[in-house]
Amino acid sequence: MATKDEKPPLHELRPVTQEVRIPERFIPTPTIEPGHNFATITDHISTIVLRRKTPFGWLIGFLIALGGVGLLMATLALLVGKGVGIWGINHPVGWGMDIINFVWWIGIGHAGTLISAILLLLRQEWRTSINRFAEAMTLFAVASAGLYPAFHTGRPWYDFWLFPYPNTMTLWPQFRSPLMWDVFAVSTYATVSALFWYVGLIPDLATLRDRATNLWVKRAYGAFALGWRGSAKHWHRYEHAYLLLAGLSTPLVLSVHTIVSFDFAVAQLPGWHATFFPPYFVAGAVFAGFAMVLTLAIPARKFFRLEDFITMKHLENMGKVMLATGLIVAYAYAMEWYYGLYSGNVFETFMLKNRATGPYWKMYVALWVCNGLAPQMMWLKRCRTSTFWLFVTAMFVNVGMWLERFVIIPASLHRDFLVSSWGMYHGSKYDWSFFIGSIGLFFALLFLFVRFLPMISIFEMRTLVPEAQVHAEGEEH
Amino acid sequence: MAIGKIREGLYGVIAEFHDPQALLDATNAVREHGYTSIDAFSPFPIHGLAEAVGFHKSRLSAIVLGMGILGGLGGFFMCWYANVVSYPLNIGGKPYNSWPAWIPITFECTILLAAFGAVLGMLALNGLPMPYHPVFNVRRFDSASRDKFFLVIQARDPRFNLDEARALLKTLGPREVTDVPW
Repeated sequence: MATKDEKPPLHELRPVTQEVRIPERFIPTPTIEPGHNFATITDHISTIVLRRKTPFGWLIGFLIALGGVGLLMATLALLVGKGVGIWGINHPVGWGMDIINFVWWIGIGHAGTLISAILLLLRQEWRTSINRFAEAMTLFAVASAGLYPAFHTGRPWYDFWLFPYPNTMTLWPQFRSPLMWDVFAVSTYATVSALFWYVGLIPDLATLRDRATNLWVKRAYGAFALGWRGSAKHWHRYEHAYLLLAGLSTPLVLSVHTIVSFDFAVAQLPGWHATFFPPYFVAGAVFAGFAMVLTLAIPARKFFRLEDFITMKHLENMGKVMLATGLIVAYAYAMEWYYGLYSGNVFETFMLKNRATGPYWKMYVALWVCNGLAPQMMWLKRCRTSTFWLFVTAMFVNVGMWLERFVIIPASLHRDFLVSSWGMYHGSKYDWSFFIGSIGLFFALLFLFVRFLPMISIFEMRTLVPEAQVHAEGEEH
Repeated sequence: MAIGKIREGLYGVIAEFHDPQALLDATNAVREHGYTSIDAFSPFPIHGLAEAVGFHKSRLSAIVLGMGILGGLGGFFMCWYANVVSYPLNIGGKPYNSWPAWIPITFECTILLAAFGAVLGMLALNGLPMPYHPVFNVRRFDSASRDKFFLVIQARDPRFNLDEARALLKTLGPREVTDVPW
C-alpha cells in the first residue's frame, strides 16, 4: 500500500507546459443548440400548440390519417357483424395477423418507456427533447395494439370476462394462463404509461394556461394543469414522484414484452417453446420502438423546425441504440438455429428447415435483410448523421420487425407435429384493412397530439440551458 | 377569476427575480432572517430550493412502498382466492396452490398500485388540484411558468411585518416587489 501511495496520480505525470488539444471528435455535441434561454425555449415549443392558424400540411396529414380511422371503423363493423371468419385464420393457424400486429404495436411502444424511464435513471440528458414525443407514441401504439386481442376474442362485447369480478356464473379467470398475464401486463402498461405521460405534462400545461390568450383555451389547459404554480415544495415532490415512476416503469416495460413472449414460450410448439424468448422479445421491442421514434421524429423536427432541440446528436444516439439492439436480435436469430440443431429434436430441426426453405422462405430471407443486414449501416458515422439513411434504416426495421412476428407466429403454426394437420396462412383483405386502419388510428392520435400538446417537454428543456445551473451557498465550482 | 375565493386581506409579499441563482440566494437570505412561511416559484425544478424554503422530508416514498405492498399482496390474493378457494380446477393432478404461475400478475398489480400511489400521493401532498391560489393574483405571475422566478413571504409568518418584509425583499435585487392579496 505504501509504495502505491508514493506514486503521483496519473494526471500529474503529464507535462503541464504542453498545450492541451482535444481532438474535435471527443468534444461532446450539445443536446440543445446554443443561444437559447428560458423564454425562447418556452415560446418556440408553446407557439407550435397555441398559434391560431393550423398548418396546411398538418390538415392534409390529419385527413389522410382520418381516412385510415374510417377504414378501421368499417372493418370493425364488418368484423363484429360477421365474426373473425372474415380473417385469414384457419386450422391450424389460429393466430394470424391479429397477433402479429398486436406484438408489433406493443413492441413499438417500448421505446417510449425506455426513453422516458430507463434513460432518465441512467442520467442521459439527451432523452429530454424526445421523451414526451416517444411517450405519446407509446400510448397510441398500445391503443392500436389493444384493438387486436380485444377483437380476436370473437365476441368483443364479452371482453370484460377477462377481468376478475364476482359474477352470477361463479366463474373466475384462469390466472395460470399466460393470456391472463398478458391482459394484466398490457393494461397495467397502458395505465402506468398514461400516468407517467400526464405527470410529465402538468407543468407544461400550466405554461400553456399562462400563455394562452383565448379564454376557453386558457380554461381548458388550466383544468388539466390542476392549478400547478411551480412552487419549490411542489417541484420537490414532483421530481420525487417522477423518479419513482421511472423506477417503477423500468421493470414494468421489461416485464410487458417478457409476458408477451410467454404467450408463445409457454406453449410446446417448436419455434415458440424457447427459454431465450423474453430477452429476445425485449431487445426486439426496443429495436422496433427506436426505429418508429426515428420514423416520426425525422419528419416532425423538419416540419416544426425543431432542429435546435432535436439535434443530430439525438438522431445519432437513436441510431446507435438501433444498432445495438439490432445486433442482439440478430444474435437471437442465430441462436434459434443453435438451440434447434443442438436439441437433436426432429420437430425443432424440421421447424428451422421449414423456415428457411419452406413456403415462407422469402419472409425469412427478407427478415434477415431488414433486421440483420440493414442496421449494419449504423456502424458508419456518415449514415448515423444523415437523416436520409437513418430514415431508410428505420423503415427497414419497421418492416423487418413485422416480418419477424410473421415468421414466429404463422410460419411456426402452419406445419406442426402432424403432417395431416398442415396448412397455409394468408392474411385476408380484412386483415390488411384492419392493419392499415390501426396505422391510421395511430397517426390520427399523433397528429392531434402535436397540435394540442407540447411535443417536447418544455420544463425539462429549460433545465438544459446553462443559466439553469445553480450552486448552493458555500459550494465551489 | 375568483372562483373559490374565501378570504380577504393580505396573503403575503412577493418578489420577482430574473435568474435561478438570484432566487436561491434570496431564499437563503430570507430564511436566515428567520422567516419560516416562505415559498419560491420557478419554471423548472431548482436543486436545493426546496431545502432553502424549509422543506425536508417527503412522505411520498412511504406511500409508494405501502401501495406497492398492498398491490402485491392483493394481486396474489386475487389469484389464490380465485384458483384455489372459489373455483379450483384439477388440471392433471397438479397442485392447486401453483404460486409461480401467479407471479406475473402479482408483479403487475404491485407496479400498478405503486404507480397510482406515486401520482395521486404527489398530487395529494401538493394539495393539487387547486384552481385558485392567491399568487395567481400577481399580475406578472404568468411568467413563473416561462422564465421568471418568484419568492413570497407569507403574512401568516410569525415574524411578518409588511414594511420589513418589503424592505428585506428589496435589498435582494428583485425586479419588482408586490403585495399579494388573498
